[in-house]
Amino acid sequence: MIDYSKILSDTVQNIKPSGIRKFFDIAATMDDVISLGVGEPDFQTPWSVRKAGITSLEKGKTKYTSNSGLNELRQEISKYTALKCGVEYDPLSEILISVGGSEAIDATLRAIITPGDEVIIPQPSYVCYEPITELCGGVPVIIETLAENDFKVTPEQLKNAISNKTKALILPYPCNPTGAIMEKADLEALAKILRDTNILVISDEIYSELTFGENAHTSIASIEGMRERTILINGFSKAFSMTGWRLGYACGPKEIISQITKIHQFAIMCAPTTAQYAAIEALKNCSETVADMKAEYNRRRRLIVDGFNKAGLTCREPKGAFYAFPCIKSTGLTSEEFCEKLLEAKHVAVVPGTAFGKGGEGFVRASYCYSTEHIVEALKRIDEFVKELKK
Amino acid sequence: MKKELLKLLSTNARYTVEQLAVMMAATPEAVAAEIDALEKEGVICGYKTVIDWEKVDSTSVSAIIELNVVPKADLGFEEVAEKVASYPEVEAVYLMSGGYDLNVVVKGKNLQDVSRFVARELATIDSVTSTATHFVMRRYKEMDVKLIETEKDDRGTFLL
Repeated sequence: MIDYSKILSDTVQNIKPSGIRKFFDIAATMDDVISLGVGEPDFQTPWSVRKAGITSLEKGKTKYTSNSGLNELRQEISKYTALKCGVEYDPLSEILISVGGSEAIDATLRAIITPGDEVIIPQPSYVCYEPITELCGGVPVIIETLAENDFKVTPEQLKNAISNKTKALILPYPCNPTGAIMEKADLEALAKILRDTNILVISDEIYSELTFGENAHTSIASIEGMRERTILINGFSKAFSMTGWRLGYACGPKEIISQITKIHQFAIMCAPTTAQYAAIEALKNCSETVADMKAEYNRRRRLIVDGFNKAGLTCREPKGAFYAFPCIKSTGLTSEEFCEKLLEAKHVAVVPGTAFGKGGEGFVRASYCYSTEHIVEALKRIDEFVKELKK
Repeated sequence: MKKELLKLLSTNARYTVEQLAVMMAATPEAVAAEIDALEKEGVICGYKTVIDWEKVDSTSVSAIIELNVVPKADLGFEEVAEKVASYPEVEAVYLMSGGYDLNVVVKGKNLQDVSRFVARELATIDSVTSTATHFVMRRYKEMDVKLIETEKDDRGTFLL
């Protein structure tokens, strides 16, 4: 009989499966679940963007594009990044269109890691950085960001994490799941440490349009001396509600982008052509729609934060992305227990903070990519749940 | 604040003052005062419920009536529009540009009921020169709310 463990790579087999799988399987069997679980917008892709995709199909634009992506799209990304981040990238040599931000993260890590290299990863954060680093033979070095620091990476934490094997720092802000952002002063403090090193920053800015503080998002690439040591990753999924189109991009120095492009060329060929045409329209004509969606997210954000706090679950103000990350320690339950019991008792699904790293213990992630009616109902049930726990 | 408040109430009139205040980062007092003012100014004219009557009482019937009218020298369309609006059978009256003058939405128990109302009441008004009646066959959307089965949320619940 065939022994599959002999077939599969040791690295792949050693990647930990998500421990919350079982929990979600339960949720999937209930048909009256009020979920605050998903990590994607509920809004439809703006109609003009969908239309641009349809028009491109009608015109028969169904061939490969160049490996790096459509020239026009790269030019629009260059303009957009200059406008939003204050950083200029050459459309021809410093921008690569990828299959979602995910592919850009994967290809960047593959382009830089030699087995044994260390990659600093702040957690709680999106789940892909650690396994991809391991797949490349890299060694994840985790920084546990703390609630009392608003889940930011502090200069001390960064200093302590750096060794002579450090290859890169992942900077996932605005942050899924914590909603934390890094402001200009925070980034400058990190830049001071990084400026004289050979450490690359992989700045995952997929939520850059969704910040709710006084200031718009700041990219670390805009901080003095950082452009040459940063790969800026962004995409269309969150800001333009285009998750299923699978389109993202990486911007950075041509010495690195050209190498990432080699991987992309062999693994992917090019990002989906229809999505690329649609994305041009998104960047050209959708700033008002994006602003409207953001205003709606902001109302929901206030509603959900207020609801958690009123239910007695301390919830800091998330300044970015579309998640609230309330603390559930007062219930005496672990994150997973809280989520399982809440699902069982009230059929409300939230994600245990531990899904995003050990440091997420004591917290849960609640997405507000849902209508206010849906959020109000979920909060009502959570409030009842917390009250019943206390009895 | 006014515009945002109206927008929120137009999507859901049952938001509590508290909820509205939280969403707009305002105080409940300020929101309550603004709603009061908007009601007094006649900007907010009422609060109603969007009902799919077909699910309760399938015998009721609606029609849209196009009226052509000879306007009065000094009053224009006001006099006749006001008269039409005063009937309890009439749900809405609009002055239109284009092919006809008044668009009247009428509700009745059945076809005969509505026909009778049009023939006896609307058509006989002095300045009304003609009527055209269009019965509503099915409602798909009412006041921004879809009445037909809407798509289910098919986003994967365990997407991180």
